[in-house]
Amino acid sequence: MSENYVPKSAVGKWFNDRLPLLNLIYGHLLPYPTPKNLNYWWTFGGILTFCLVTQIITGLVLAMHYVADADLAFASVEHIMRDVNYGWLLRYIHSNGASLFFMAVYIHMARSIFYGSYKEPRELIWIIGVFIFLLMIATAFMGYVLPWGQMSFWGATVITNLFSAIPLVGESVTNWLWGGYAVGSPLLTRFFTLHYLMPFLIFALVILHVWALHVPGNNNPEGINVVQGSQDTVPFHPHYVVKDMFALVVFLIVFAGFVFFVPNLLGHTDNYIEANPLQTPEHIVPEWYFLPFYAILRAVPDKLGGVILMISAIAILAFLPWLDTSKVRSAKYRPLYRQFVWLFFANVILLGYLGAQTADGLFLIIGRIATVYYFAHFIIILPLLGYIEKTKPLPKSLSEPVLSPEERQMKAAASGASA
Amino acid sequence: MKISKNLFATFLLLLCFSITQLHAAGEMKEPMHPDWSFEGPLGKFERASLQRGYQVYTEVCSGCHSMNLLSYRNLIEEGGPEFSESQAKAMAAAFEVKAAPNADGEVEMRPAILSDKFVSPYENEQQGRAANGGAYPPDLSVMVKARHGGADYLYSLLLGYVDAPSDIKLDDGVYYNEYAKGQKIAMPQVLYEDAVVYTDGTTATPEQMARDVTMFLTWAAEPKLEARKRIGFKVISYLLILSVLLYFTNRQIWKDTH
Ligand code: HEC
Ligand code: HEM
Repeated sequence: MSENYVPKSAVGKWFNDRLPLLNLIYGHLLPYPTPKNLNYWWTFGGILTFCLVTQIITGLVLAMHYVADADLAFASVEHIMRDVNYGWLLRYIHSNGASLFFMAVYIHMARSIFYGSYKEPRELIWIIGVFIFLLMIATAFMGYVLPWGQMSFWGATVITNLFSAIPLVGESVTNWLWGGYAVGSPLLTRFFTLHYLMPFLIFALVILHVWALHVPGNNNPEGINVVQGSQDTVPFHPHYVVKDMFALVVFLIVFAGFVFFVPNLLGHTDNYIEANPLQTPEHIVPEWYFLPFYAILRAVPDKLGGVILMISAIAILAFLPWLDTSKVRSAKYRPLYRQFVWLFFANVILLGYLGAQTADGLFLIIGRIATVYYFAHFIIILPLLGYIEKTKPLPKSLSEPVLSPEERQMKAAASGASA
Repeated sequence: MKISKNLFATFLLLLCFSITQLHAAGEMKEPMHPDWSFEGPLGKFERASLQRGYQVYTEVCSGCHSMNLLSYRNLIEEGGPEFSESQAKAMAAAFEVKAAPNADGEVEMRPAILSDKFVSPYENEQQGRAANGGAYPPDLSVMVKARHGGADYLYSLLLGYVDAPSDIKLDDGVYYNEYAKGQKIAMPQVLYEDAVVYTDGTTATPEQMARDVTMFLTWAAEPKLEARKRIGFKVISYLLILSVLLYFTNRQIWKDTH
């Protein structure tokens, strides 16, 4: 794939002879052979990269005006909204950007799950992805604490308190995290530091993610192996550069709709009330993108058990390449999996809905069933499906349609006649 | 596949609905919804209403409620009440603030200037509570964004004082309000007929005052609302055009790939 790149300018050539950086970038972006049949679900990788860069840039400017101190944080955010030039725009992009980032990553993950992109030989791409997802969760959670509103404060209190469930050392660990005996300035300062740091770690992981992707090349909706450079592939540029750009602009229209017309729709009104340690809000709910995991946390009556289950719900994703025992990647050729994968998505959405309700009565019971089903999908259904499912015949290449047995016979007869 | 896919779609809708409803808690009456000029993609504030709203705030609400995040200079700024500079200076000068310590270290009072924050009615929260039977009148700067229902809720709350049903017992300093959470609130009714005499001659009915002060508080919570919508409209128009161009470029590029 790395056809050698010869820079046009003298400076470029001088530079590239000494450090073949341009070579590297060129090889990965321009002629990179890509399956010709990728659909729009494949555009979310590029959209995610855009989201990450946007969060980093807006975040950097916000950090120039933000003050990480329990007494000043709330007012400093309002100062950004009121007095900093286009501060309101930066903040609304950053806060809505986080939500859209998660929307995109969930679609991206669902795409991988539907088309079996996590399977051999792409296991590592997937696992790096799971780590990216973990870091995103941590980053978004800590970011939400920074404006120091009521939800910030109480969200931080609820989540950091989970550490007190660790046997024996729980309380010491929690106090160590807090840097004191309650959630306050020390915690806010360290959250700010970590929130600043983690996107750069994500960035590093994204580089590994794409590097690992470019070894086997992209999966595709048919889920079959594609010979790089064959007639089944097209160069990344311009085919996918332009297609990704089109998708990105459509995504941006939705993004701008949120930022400019309903910038607070996805947020919680309580976060415009300054943090008050003496007054607990009626309902403490996390941001929408954490709701499924929140529902799993609350499905267990025991705190430690809940925490373990919630962490497992994410960790189990890393084992997906081995839990799914089927050799066929794409759900298109797996009639049973195709049913179960939609059920799985429906179940996650249901968990999200339950995460926003009070955990009692009927909601709690459904929440428990949905939690059990979530894990059953990975531990029971996926391993079994590989053995009992009768998959449909796969096409040999992207250019050849799948032939039914009769068609195959006819084709054989035709070629026999002409011989 | 149909069934599981439909299930997925149903749950997705349910979730979207519940996210926007997350905050609706407690048994509360659905607030009234007057026509707000600032709604809609090209919404703007009514200048005159904002100016009257400032009058209602200073003459009625500011006796109990602070607005710590606003300065008198904000009253001049584009997209707000847009008072003239001399008007705003006079408005600021009607309040007194502590001056910087003089050469002898004494702190005297001086009239407020444009760069000063809105003067608070109380020195501290304790004083505010003491003056209001233990309830603290919250700061109103971002109030509209801090309550579910926003402007509609505030407007309704200010007008929602009715006689309590006979089976409801109210403690001292607690009032019955249809729109308050649990129908009880520690703020008395404040908007009576002619509670202010509008300088522009508008008749000061409770509805008029509630409307004006709510408009003013909406601006206070979101002072860049007009610019935001104006820019947003341009951005989206631009993106729409760009998306059409890219759509056709993309078609062109792919037309020979089968
Ligand atoms: C006599 C003092 C007083 C005046 C005057 C007053 N308020 Fe209040 N206000 C209060 C108190 C006390 C509370 C706290 C109520 C509670 O906690 O139940 C309150 C609460 C509020 C709330 C919050 C309600 C909620 O949902 O928590 C709003 C909004 C409000 N006032 C608006 C106004 C406006 C607008 C005006 C002027 C038109 C005004 N107030 C005038 C005393 C006052
Ligand atoms: C910061 C977040 C992320 C960024 C910026 C990112 C970026 C990308 C990009 C650019 C691609 C190639 C284009 C594409 O196939 O869409 C890709 C592919 C992939 N990503 Fe991500 N990703 C992120 C998070 C994740 C997560 C959280 C997962 C799963 C847990 C994941 C799993 C995958 C997989 C399996 C592929 C290969 C897919 C294929 O070619 O079929 N990614 N990613």
